Amino acid sequence: MSSEHMANPRAVVERLAARVSGRAVEGSRAVAETVARCRPQVVPAYPISPQTHIVEALSALVRRGELAPCEFVNVESEFGAMSLCIGASAAGSRTYTATSSQGLLFMAEALYNASGLGLPIVMTVANRALGAPINIWNDQSDSLSQRDSGWIQLYARDNQAACDLHPIAFRLAEELAVPVMVCMDGFVLTHALERIAVPDQDVVDRFLPAFAPRQRLDPAAPLSLGSMVGPEAFTEVKFIAHGRISQALGRMPELGARYGKLVGRPAEELARGYLLDGARTVFLAMGSVLGTLEDVIDEAREEGLPVGVVELTCFRPFPAERLRKLLSGADRVIVLERAFSPGSGGIISPELAAALAEPPTVRGGAGPVRCHTVVTGLGGRPVTKKALRTLVRDAAAGRVAGFSFLGLDRELLGRAGYGRAADADAGQTWERLLADLKNRETWR
Amino acid sequence: MKAVYQVRLHGRGGQGVVTAAELIASAAIADGLYAQAFPSFGSERTGAPVAAYCRIDDKPIRSREPVADPDAVLVLDATLLRQDFVFDGMKPGGTALINSPVPVTDRALTLCAVRVRALPATEIARERTGRPLPNAAMVGAFAATGVVSLSAVRDAITARFPGRLAETNCAAATDAYTYVLRGGGCPAASEDREARSVQ
Amino acid sequence: MNERTQGVKFYQVGSFAVGNRLLEPDRHSAQADAQRANSLISGHRACQGCGEVLGARYVLDAAMRATGGKLIAVNATGCLEVVSTPYPESAWRMPWLHSLFGNAPAVASGVAAALKAQGHTDVRVVGQAGDGGAVDIGLGALSGMFERDDDVLFVCYDNQAYMNTGVQRSGATPGGARTATTPVVTGHPGNRFGQGKDVPAIAMAHRVPYVATATVADLRDLEAKVERAMQFTGARYLHVLVPCPLGWGAASSQTVRLARLATESGLFPLFEAEYGEVTAVTPIRHPVPVDEYLRGQTRYAHLFDDDGTHGGGDPDIVARIQAGADHNIRRYGLLADPDQSARGRIDLDEGVRR
Repeated sequence: MSSEHMANPRAVVERLAARVSGRAVEGSRAVAETVARCRPQVVPAYPISPQTHIVEALSALVRRGELAPCEFVNVESEFGAMSLCIGASAAGSRTYTATSSQGLLFMAEALYNASGLGLPIVMTVANRALGAPINIWNDQSDSLSQRDSGWIQLYARDNQAACDLHPIAFRLAEELAVPVMVCMDGFVLTHALERIAVPDQDVVDRFLPAFAPRQRLDPAAPLSLGSMVGPEAFTEVKFIAHGRISQALGRMPELGARYGKLVGRPAEELARGYLLDGARTVFLAMGSVLGTLEDVIDEAREEGLPVGVVELTCFRPFPAERLRKLLSGADRVIVLERAFSPGSGGIISPELAAALAEPPTVRGGAGPVRCHTVVTGLGGRPVTKKALRTLVRDAAAGRVAGFSFLGLDRELLGRAGYGRAADADAGQTWERLLADLKNRETWR
Repeated sequence: MKAVYQVRLHGRGGQGVVTAAELIASAAIADGLYAQAFPSFGSERTGAPVAAYCRIDDKPIRSREPVADPDAVLVLDATLLRQDFVFDGMKPGGTALINSPVPVTDRALTLCAVRVRALPATEIARERTGRPLPNAAMVGAFAATGVVSLSAVRDAITARFPGRLAETNCAAATDAYTYVLRGGGCPAASEDREARSVQ
Repeated sequence: MNERTQGVKFYQVGSFAVGNRLLEPDRHSAQADAQRANSLISGHRACQGCGEVLGARYVLDAAMRATGGKLIAVNATGCLEVVSTPYPESAWRMPWLHSLFGNAPAVASGVAAALKAQGHTDVRVVGQAGDGGAVDIGLGALSGMFERDDDVLFVCYDNQAYMNTGVQRSGATPGGARTATTPVVTGHPGNRFGQGKDVPAIAMAHRVPYVATATVADLRDLEAKVERAMQFTGARYLHVLVPCPLGWGAASSQTVRLARLATESGLFPLFEAEYGEVTAVTPIRHPVPVDEYLRGQTRYAHLFDDDGTHGGGDPDIVARIQAGADHNIRRYGLLADPDQSARGRIDLDEGVRR
């Protein structure tokens, strides 16, 4: 074991573990095979880039009889897809679909309906930007826009995680009667070919028992699903839903550990730390940006910078307790966000800040941890090591603003007419906005 | 392998650029290494310039940024040479493989001591498969660098294409490999004409 | 195959004095059976005289009889769902699912897919919606269900407007009708002409196995069509005219009568079609001018001036409505001599309706 890898312990573990496992396969294809091994009985599909390879692969698996019994249904829209899932799940079948971006929004009404009805549907979201302007490339604005839909949201850091999170998702969904979204970065992960270990059928069967619905449409035992609930009971219904989804905070790590043991890989968790020992400045992110970031953090650590990473996998429910523990030694957290809330700021950061705001005693009176939002890689803009290196150095030195956009092209903005003094009478001018972003008090 | 080996491929939509990157990655994985291949994504139509990337390492690859500093560049369509960005960021001492029936000289490449090889990949492909798709041949040529083995390339091709097409593509890859190994396609007599031998 | 036929047709004159008592027991209507499913039982909150719950009761009990009780219902948002399931009570005695407004056909398709995957081919699916959920917001999903030939009987209870939300215009609202969003203002006599959708024809254009229209004026006919529909597998569509006393502006005792006038005037043709071709029509026995139908509903009151408050009424609109009725009569051969009509032939000897 060479010394160059001692700073990179996880890579060592992964090298040993994966040396004999995994084959060259495209991310989408690996996810499709994993989903097939979870034995869904009904799969409605509607195409949208960059999810298409997943449903295409599933249609072939069904037609060749490798996934049976399964009804693969080509539906007329994403709204149709989720609606078909609702009917099939209510009738007692394990159900799956996949979508992205505009498709996710087109089924938005049905997302809330599915979670409200307590249906354990699993869906892959191949993360893609939301238009207008139309943009088919990767960021996380689609799934994050549905963070209140009552679905559990898991974000895959790489293609291996994307696969492994699916059996965990089905099990979690069916135990808690809460639908689950497995989010993977579109194109960046879905269209990447690499060494991925798709779990064997017998492993998945051992982990994921047959679907035993807590209630179903059955002529032998009729019930009415989807009643109208008035003011006298609606609050309580929602309270119960909040409780049910929150149970994932306890259950997901347990299932992740059990699954990890079965496949011989590190467990999937709500959130994981990377090189947190002595890290005063910690970066937090979800999804594929973590890989590029960790290469940069390795270099920075070798240079002596006290930096580390928190990998967030479970965004809903939000693992406040876990994050407080992981960040107990940090002075500041830089959240790399692949989406933001226009007119407000970050999405993850405010939730993180609220979680870290209490209780102060956890940190032994060290003062509040400052959360910084860096909006990164919107609409598929590549996140480069070069940009991250600069960011990491700036962050370690306390030079990062409270809210900023990584690599904002001011020249492009200037050419488009934003930032000229002539706009001074427009109230909050662009120039002032840009200046504000640049000069906002940096927190130490 | 000391550090990650990075490849960038350029071509036009319809020439199999993405497949070529995937074949290289698959070959590396077959050789027991870690590898990653992905396209520069877009809704490109046939004929539009496309790029694809590939990384090879003996440890897990985490980074997913586009390849900015390639060790090797494969150009599947020589008309793209008019756009000089195809060689942007090339590492000194790297390898450039260009699909061209005539040798290619490029001052920029000469300056950074890049080994340049031109090979008639389209012609080889047409001869062997009946179709002018140069990707398998270009991957075969890449095997001549020794980063991946020819047998692994053949395995990758066989896993990827059905029956007859796999055979003919393997033949095209082998032809290209041999062509480059024998020193074909060098820019000029004074240039380095020895290709790296197979390891 | 359980083939039910209507050997003898009964026409209501006054009360149903003639009826099941003259028939063989196995030809009694489903509602006459003391052991009927009562899929939709009393206690729901529908208005007095609601045509929709009347229709739904007959449709579902007939379907339950046809399937031996192995039936699942999927319901769109609308009056039927709202009146029948105020938590914690439900008036449904069969498995029933309500999801959203625009997706009932897709949800029903999902139930059917699950049953197929589970191997429960004996359990059948009925989807139901009002005109809003079938003609407008649900049309995309309905078309998808049709073109895939999913094994669902979809029923539209058409009261010709969005009644649940307060009588707004839908794609099924007839020309000239007043609704809350097509108010009667000088120069605007109710709903515009030249709009609207003929969903039975749309269904036929998909060439699905069975399409039929029916009303709550002829409940035996309605039951028979449900039974016929359940003999097929694949996508089937039933479009049922169900007057709404509140929305149409009629006394609650007039529901059945208005439905009959709708068919007798030609405004609502009764027919059946298989794989895109009309296979049977119900001839009009006593044709009536559209006036007789329209006058009974305040949603058309502005077209007449019986009390002198509507500035002479609007005879042009009435004429236009009449022209529409006449068009239907020609198109479907509703007044043709049954022996000579190529469609709508009733073979009295065989007692089989084709």
